[in-house]
Amino acid sequence: MPKLTINGQEVEVPAGTTVLQACQSAGIEVPHFCFHERLAIAGNCRMCLVEMEKSPKPVASCAMPAADGQVVKTDSAMAQRARKGVMEFLLINHPLDCPICDQGGECDLQDEAMAFGFDRGRFQENKRAVKDKNFGPLIKTQMTRCIHCTRCVRFATDVAGVSELGATGRGENMEIGTYIEHALTSELSGNMIDLCPVGALTSKPYAFVARPWELRKTESVDVLDAVGANIRIDTRGPEVLRVLPRLHEDVNEEWLGDKGRFAIDGLMKRRLDKPYVRVDGKLTPASWAEAFTAIAARIKGLDGSKIAGIAGDLVDAESMLALKDLLTGLGSTNLDCRQDGAKLPAERAGYLFNTTIAGIDQADVVLFVGTNPRLEAPLINARFRKRYLMGGFKAAAIGPSLDLTFPVVQLGEGPEVLADLADGNHTWIETLKGAKHPMIVVGQGALAREDGAAVLALAHRLADAAGVVRDGWNGFNVLHTAAARVGGLELGFVPGAGGRDVAGILDGAGSGSIEVVYLLGADEIDTSKLGKAFVIYQGHHGDAGAARADVVLPGAAYTEKNGTYVNTEGRVQLGRLATFPPGEAREDWKILRALSDPLGHKLPYDNLAQLRQRLIEVNPRFAHVDEVVPADWVAFGAAGPTGAGPFVYPIENYYMTDPVSRSSPTMAACTESLRATVSQKTGTNG
Amino acid sequence: MAFIDRGARSFLLWELLSGMALSFSYMFKKPVTVNYPYEKGPLSPRFRGEHALRRYANGEERCIACKLCEAVCPALAITIEAEPRDDGSRRTTRYDIDMTKCIYCGLCQEACPVDAIVEGPNFEFATETREELFYNKEKLLSNGDRWEYEIAQNLLADAPYR
Repeated sequence: MPKLTINGQEVEVPAGTTVLQACQSAGIEVPHFCFHERLAIAGNCRMCLVEMEKSPKPVASCAMPAADGQVVKTDSAMAQRARKGVMEFLLINHPLDCPICDQGGECDLQDEAMAFGFDRGRFQENKRAVKDKNFGPLIKTQMTRCIHCTRCVRFATDVAGVSELGATGRGENMEIGTYIEHALTSELSGNMIDLCPVGALTSKPYAFVARPWELRKTESVDVLDAVGANIRIDTRGPEVLRVLPRLHEDVNEEWLGDKGRFAIDGLMKRRLDKPYVRVDGKLTPASWAEAFTAIAARIKGLDGSKIAGIAGDLVDAESMLALKDLLTGLGSTNLDCRQDGAKLPAERAGYLFNTTIAGIDQADVVLFVGTNPRLEAPLINARFRKRYLMGGFKAAAIGPSLDLTFPVVQLGEGPEVLADLADGNHTWIETLKGAKHPMIVVGQGALAREDGAAVLALAHRLADAAGVVRDGWNGFNVLHTAAARVGGLELGFVPGAGGRDVAGILDGAGSGSIEVVYLLGADEIDTSKLGKAFVIYQGHHGDAGAARADVVLPGAAYTEKNGTYVNTEGRVQLGRLATFPPGEAREDWKILRALSDPLGHKLPYDNLAQLRQRLIEVNPRFAHVDEVVPADWVAFGAAGPTGAGPFVYPIENYYMTDPVSRSSPTMAACTESLRATVSQKTGTNG
Repeated sequence: MAFIDRGARSFLLWELLSGMALSFSYMFKKPVTVNYPYEKGPLSPRFRGEHALRRYANGEERCIACKLCEAVCPALAITIEAEPRDDGSRRTTRYDIDMTKCIYCGLCQEACPVDAIVEGPNFEFATETREELFYNKEKLLSNGDRWEYEIAQNLLADAPYR
């Protein structure tokens, strides 16, 4: 623990911190551009110069390790002069185009220039100009503004794990670029926009749209994957204009995947804004009362076993509970929230990411089973990469070959390899056994199969055989792709006694034994199998489910309601209302509450507080917001013969996985750009 | 003696005559009133009248949608929406001033980095309906085109003091 003196104040900091961090911990601000606590240290902007005793020249505090007995002065005449000089040099080539720059108002350079700069320029010569680069459909570049802090380069290389960015040339001729012009292929590229201290990298979809001071900020959670990244939703009027990550060390640190950040323009497209009823084979606009009458006419007097409900991937826990209560009231046990047919058990340890995301930092050996975390949960993949960069980390995968931005040993493609491992017939089991903190990550690609339950049992057997679960460490993980999944399982939104699961419901609908299907935002099922069933679709986008529905009830998207979501770790998080649902659309639980009246099974809650109380009644863990309650290690899955055939990863195109991202023009542009890159790879150029 | 002086003044109608003399003397002075609307008083180059959006000499609109005027407006009278134009430049798609809210403080023209929004010398823009006072971008640009010469002269006259 080095002790140093900063501006006459004694500060003790943990070993390995820099002088700059020591200053920050003492509450003293040192201006800086290139330093970022989550990136490697570069020390190339020189803005953080401070005076240090026994040093003839000012010292770059971000690159100087704090040591015992250092005497640092951050606002001595020497430090101030040095900063002023550095700022003048930075501004020599930086254009004075703040009025047309999107970073204006939230620009580090603007702020530091106001605080530490000089009020006029002495540079009479020509400023340099740099050609803009093409970084793809998400990032707009204005490279003349670049101050060469290389934060983006370090982020791409270290955190995102794609060595595509770099600097060419020296001195005034230095340029940041992709060497060969192509779009960035990272799923985390949007974070470079946040990292860029100037307006060199800005958001392309958000270009010139708004100024930071116009926006209303709402703290919420992302639901476009199962990580539950904490986000801030920036809105102006009825429109969500951008989404930024919020700091949460245990979930997303300060990063956010591109889908969660940029798919929001889909929230304004293809929305359901009024109820529809199918008349003579065509969906026609109707009033809420007409829609409810049509539903009541069909459901009244129908036996409960002929009614079924399927919950989608973006649904909040409250509306799932309301639907469960309603259908249970009608006597139905045909409920399922596992649209993809994943054989997830009722036991908590069998469907949670038990190690927790922060726990990845301790893991030393990991086995991926039928999962491609880079596409299913890029933020979790970034954690694995961070762990890999710390050293002493081994990874292996069972499934088709994949590129996870860190080396992975490919053990095989199908469940037979998993069986070999569990039986000890595979040499790699020794690596897993020898690990201090081993992890097994089972993905939906391994579970959403006919033999999913057997694969899960096999994974459980392997976990026991390799000692993956031990005192104080649970290395067995299930990685989800849907934000609603864990919430649904925690609520028991699964077939009750004698109930049917998704496949059973679809079979029943086809054969006529299920007559009414209630789709709560469920779009990923095969709607052609619904046969002649009366389909009620409640959701926010006109996607597959709405196209097949007989009655459409317009609901709210995740930015338009107060909802509870449970991420893949089992962490309960609250999403908050940022804008109101469009047109006649309403919050989902309110629709179900209103519908329950004409159906004769009035739900016993009239406001969100009462509904949340009921949620806690059903599962007390919902009371522990932002906490992970560990699961007991019990037996789950169904031992049995596993089928042949390789695991198939659930996500092929990261940019389009749900109704919101499918409606988003930005995500469509990303898909297009992805296709262009892929076709380039398979072309004649190798 | 005072009573003689007072008596003489009232007997000779002195107050009346001096009053009449004052009135009469004004008949030979230049009148201060002007025959508005045929005549108008002088205006300072800094006069803050009706708003206008200016253009460059080549016809390109000056406004770059930086939204500083919108931010500084104390009456929240300005509304701006922007997006990239086809050539990639930053332009407004909407520039509205609610003239019924405006307090003519002139902060918008102070904030403007490109002298696009200005308060011109025109003060005669009364309308018959309230709706006509909700100015849009088209109206403001046409104001700019109409008053460009006067506005440019005013800016030139005021330039040494800025």
